[in-house]
Amino acid sequence: MTARPVVVLTDQSFDEEVKTSAEPLLVDFWAEWCGPCKVIAPVLEEIAAERSGRLRIGKLNVDENLNAARRFEVMSIPTLILFKDGEPVHRVVGSRPKRALLQELEPYL
Amino acid sequence: MTEHRRVLIIGSGPAGLTAAIYTARADLAPLVIEGEISSTSDQPGGQLMLTTEVENFPGFPQGVMGPELMTAMRAQAERFGAAFLTAKASAVDLSERPFGIWTGDRSTEPPAFHADALIVATGARSLMLGLDGERRLLGHGVSTCATCDGFFFRDRKVIVVGGGDSALEEAMFLSKFASSVTVLHRRHELRASKIMQDRAFRNTKLSFRWNCVVEEVLGDDSLQAISVRDVLTGTSETLDTDGLFVAIGHVPNTDLFAGQLEMDAAGYVVTRSGTHTSVEGVFACGDVQDHVYRQAITAAGSGCSAAIDTERWLESVQHQAAAAAGAA
Repeated sequence: MTARPVVVLTDQSFDEEVKTSAEPLLVDFWAEWCGPCKVIAPVLEEIAAERSGRLRIGKLNVDENLNAARRFEVMSIPTLILFKDGEPVHRVVGSRPKRALLQELEPYL
Repeated sequence: MTEHRRVLIIGSGPAGLTAAIYTARADLAPLVIEGEISSTSDQPGGQLMLTTEVENFPGFPQGVMGPELMTAMRAQAERFGAAFLTAKASAVDLSERPFGIWTGDRSTEPPAFHADALIVATGARSLMLGLDGERRLLGHGVSTCATCDGFFFRDRKVIVVGGGDSALEEAMFLSKFASSVTVLHRRHELRASKIMQDRAFRNTKLSFRWNCVVEEVLGDDSLQAISVRDVLTGTSETLDTDGLFVAIGHVPNTDLFAGQLEMDAAGYVVTRSGTHTSVEGVFACGDVQDHVYRQAITAAGSGCSAAIDTERWLESVQHQAAAAAGAA
């Protein structure tokens, strides 16, 4: 069975999920009240579906999980951090078009 | 391949979307080039996508969230047959009709669209200070979106630069989270409306620094301080801060039309007898041609005017063509 392309993360599950993910995991730090976060969410779902098996998306609600956000010094959302083998390898701050986002991520996939 | 449209609208804030609703209902099948996703106001929906509660748009006694209002306007335009393209217009040729509109490289590609009439609704964007540290520390203490990032400044000190309504709005929003908010203004009095000033002066978390400009934004990996200069005495001082929010005014998004549409000294598109620009068949509405009111409702209102002006102009051109054909 393959892992789900989009996984909801919490402060509790964060480390485990990031470490054990077979594919690179792109964590989306977001919140309900953030307009640009809502705009990028469907783009991330598209990417997750299209790159299934090569990339997974993790959603972390910063309102409910401030610890993980603090640990990675997230001070602006949306922030996307790509984890590979449990380590952060690339960070994207702010929303951007799908094409531009893929261009930034591709070298790490 | 170049696609032909009777009406093309560039921009998707209240002005562009209202123009889309009206031209769609007039059976002109408009296409809206709505912009691309970003974290600045240069995105589909425009400046309201970065606001929270809009309290002064008529019809919403309890207020409405900015992004919600824009989503509803877009849905309303779609319902009447407006088409949307999520892209940025990269170039226009207004020298002949139909007008050419590009979304790619003008030097290598034909225009993506030809349009009989063009409605310019590209809006305005927030000015930045233009300092090196500001760009480098964006997302690390420097923010362009108080509503997105205010949360991360819980119990921290922040500085807001500016003296207008947007600066005070941001300052008051941030005061819900921050331990203190300092509003830094280059003059000795605020430009903001009376009601906003009253609210701001009553807010105990807000303090004001007058006659000050920012000289430098300091910090290695994250913002630590800013250096400010007193414009009266000329003395400089370093102020420690965890967050910096800039709201010093707006510039119109008119680069696309440079040298093709008449603009005023500040770069706003000049409109006459309603929404007509200096080029016949090109109409402008919303913040791109308005530095006086700059409200969602006035933008929507002028979007409606532009749609009606466009419809009448297209009819008159058609009428003239028919008359010329009849005479021949």
